[in-house]
Amino acid sequence: MSDDKKVFGRAEEFMSLFNQGAEFTKELLQENERLRHDLLAVNDDHRQAAADPGDWAKLRVQLLTQIDTLTVEKENVLERLKMVEAENRQFAERYVEIEEENNNLANLYVSSYQLHSTLALSEVLKIIIEIVINLIGAEVFAVYVQDERSGTLEAVASEGTEVEIFPKIAPGAGVIGGSVASGETHCGDTHSTLDWETPIACIPLRVQDRPIGAIAIYSLLEQKETFTPLDHELFTLLAGHAATAIFAAQLYSQSERKLNTIQGFIDLLTK
Amino acid sequence: MARQRILIVEDSPMMRQLLTFALKRLKGVDIVEAQDGMDGLRKVTSDHFDLALIDINMPVMDGLKLISLIRGEDSLKEMPVCVITTEGAKEDRARALSLGANEYLTKPIQANQVLTVAKSLLKME
Repeated sequence: MSDDKKVFGRAEEFMSLFNQGAEFTKELLQENERLRHDLLAVNDDHRQAAADPGDWAKLRVQLLTQIDTLTVEKENVLERLKMVEAENRQFAERYVEIEEENNNLANLYVSSYQLHSTLALSEVLKIIIEIVINLIGAEVFAVYVQDERSGTLEAVASEGTEVEIFPKIAPGAGVIGGSVASGETHCGDTHSTLDWETPIACIPLRVQDRPIGAIAIYSLLEQKETFTPLDHELFTLLAGHAATAIFAAQLYSQSERKLNTIQGFIDLLTK
Repeated sequence: MARQRILIVEDSPMMRQLLTFALKRLKGVDIVEAQDGMDGLRKVTSDHFDLALIDINMPVMDGLKLISLIRGEDSLKEMPVCVITTEGAKEDRARALSLGANEYLTKPIQANQVLTVAKSLLKME
């Protein structure tokens, strides 16, 4: 009995597997049929597309239009890139110019600050000499001061050689006298040979219209080829500020002397 | 990043002011001034500096003497030193470099040159 049961059990198991296989085969056949239909539809589409040249031409026109649009866009982008690059270059150049201007302003500020930092004539002359050496780059030069009564110009400070070497200049005489009388800065050939009567540059020192003296430059330092725009600005600054500083120092010195004389006189009377 | 310290040893107040003006543009830098070689030596031995700018021609103690004393000190052997000379004084410049100066600047001083040299010696970007 038990053997019969086993045989029937296995037969049922086999039937179940057979049914599953039949189901699977059916599904495969259905899928195969569906794919065959899809393939036929695709082939039909291809045949129709190839048979209709109008569709190809339309597609070609569309693509060409797209290419043209993209080309124009690319050119615009390149143009904008060029503009941005040019702007960057301008900014860089402007930055360098501003840096230079900043340096020049610092030099002018320091010169002016130092010139008015003292009332002692010797100190003022020392500062003028420092400005002319360190900022202008002169090697041989002299600072002339005009005698109030005679109008003669006499060198009171110098660099590069002894002050006694420089000649006294009569009012209006030569390059130096002419420059002081006219108030015009003289700028000659920076490579000319040393001549005490003819400096390469002469800056007249004036307070308003009153001539005070002059700075005569005879040669520049080895590395300095010629005068720069900043030098000309320094000349203008020196022409006014150095003159004012010298004038103020002279007045202060005179007032000090007068004060001492009056004080001595008062002491004499009261003691 | 720690602040860097620069010592300017220069007898001319105008030059000190000019150099300070130029160097103030560097970020993270403190500037100390000394008015002659002796003053410079006092300051450089009593405090730490990352760079010293030294003028050659000074009263009391000149720049060359100061450089030789600085390089004689073990703690200051590595401190960068830049000398300030005039173009004509080539012998002074050569002597300063042989004594251990790292760089030189010639007069008339240009602010951008000062900045370039200072940045290089302070290893700034």
